[in-house]
Amino acid sequence: MNIATIFEVVLAAVVLGLGIWTIAVRETYSATVGFVAYGLLVALIWVRLDAVDVALTEAAIGGGLGGVLLLGAAARLRDAEPTVAEAPGMVTRVSAAALSALTAAALAGAIVFLPDPAPTLAPTVVAHASATSLANPVTNVLMAFRAMDTMLEKVVLLLAIIGVWSLAPDNAWGGHPGPRHQADPDGILVFLARLLPPVGIVVAIYIFWTGANHPGGAFQGGAILASMWVLAIMAGLTDTPSIGRRWLRFVLVAGPGLFLLVGLGGLWFGTAFLAYPPALAKPLILGIEVAMILTIAATLGLLLAGAPERSVK
Amino acid sequence: MSLARDIMTISAVSAGVFFFLAGTAGLLRFPDTLTRLHALTKADNLGLGLVVLGLLPQAGSLREGLKLVSIWLLVLLAGATVSQLIARTARQGETAK
Repeated sequence: MNIATIFEVVLAAVVLGLGIWTIAVRETYSATVGFVAYGLLVALIWVRLDAVDVALTEAAIGGGLGGVLLLGAAARLRDAEPTVAEAPGMVTRVSAAALSALTAAALAGAIVFLPDPAPTLAPTVVAHASATSLANPVTNVLMAFRAMDTMLEKVVLLLAIIGVWSLAPDNAWGGHPGPRHQADPDGILVFLARLLPPVGIVVAIYIFWTGANHPGGAFQGGAILASMWVLAIMAGLTDTPSIGRRWLRFVLVAGPGLFLLVGLGGLWFGTAFLAYPPALAKPLILGIEVAMILTIAATLGLLLAGAPERSVK
Repeated sequence: MSLARDIMTISAVSAGVFFFLAGTAGLLRFPDTLTRLHALTKADNLGLGLVVLGLLPQAGSLREGLKLVSIWLLVLLAGATVSQLIARTARQGETAK
């Protein structure tokens, strides 16, 4: 057993342990902290599996923005927690445990009984990389070979934001999401919120740009942009925009909208929906990704901000 | 030449691991929030700094080295900010009691 195997076994054991602890622990806050640590360690597992693109996304969403979302939920639940003392009944708990065990067994069975070698399209993807002149196979799959899935995924993000907004009370419709944050203007949080965003924006653009040929891409870059925005909002340097703003809605539909336009163009001038002309493939994909990184950043930031709570006045 | 680089890597990373171990022991053993923060920030700043220092001789290019150093600087900034915030909240919680 070499040292890498030992590391992997320990990593898997710690992730399993953290998972069990997150479910078993009593306080919502502790469970949230456990879940964030779990997300960061799962990202390490993806790195060990050579899936750096997935690792970046997992660290940004599972460990980062998802953690912020859950912490906010835990803070809101904390006041209500003592009143919800009654535990779910025996039947509920046993059936939930049985369902979870069944799902886990089915997943384990699917993995254990995979044919050897496992069916894969990876060699096909690598062989056709020249079709788009992008060297990162993951970006090729996301933006060209399975572009339809990515486009629909962006539509799902849009639906999610509509779902969150629809929780707004009538008098706050069109207003600002979330509370207006206040922080000591000479304090350390404001200092960080002034210092970090320039660096974060450069890193986000770099991750997006390098995604053409190396791990990275619009989603990971967008998540970093969103976190910079959220930092500025939490430090009280800026307010969340009122959801009625025209520019905001334009940014929210820019990504899927441009994707759809290019797709229809492929149908009109080319051979099929979302078929890029080979000479224009790279500029078209980059253009869609520029619109998408803005849409993703705005959507993730607004999902964190929550439903509109304050009317414009 | 490569032997010298390997020796530097092994010694610096080992020293970094020692600081992480000491920081973790402190986090588990120290009595209150402020002393635990003290232990934790030593692990973050010095431990990671030494690990990065040890990895620098193995970096393939100047660009990779600069990336490693900037990761350390970003962690320094985040660690210093978060420990300040936690310490202030802990202090406020004490005076409120």
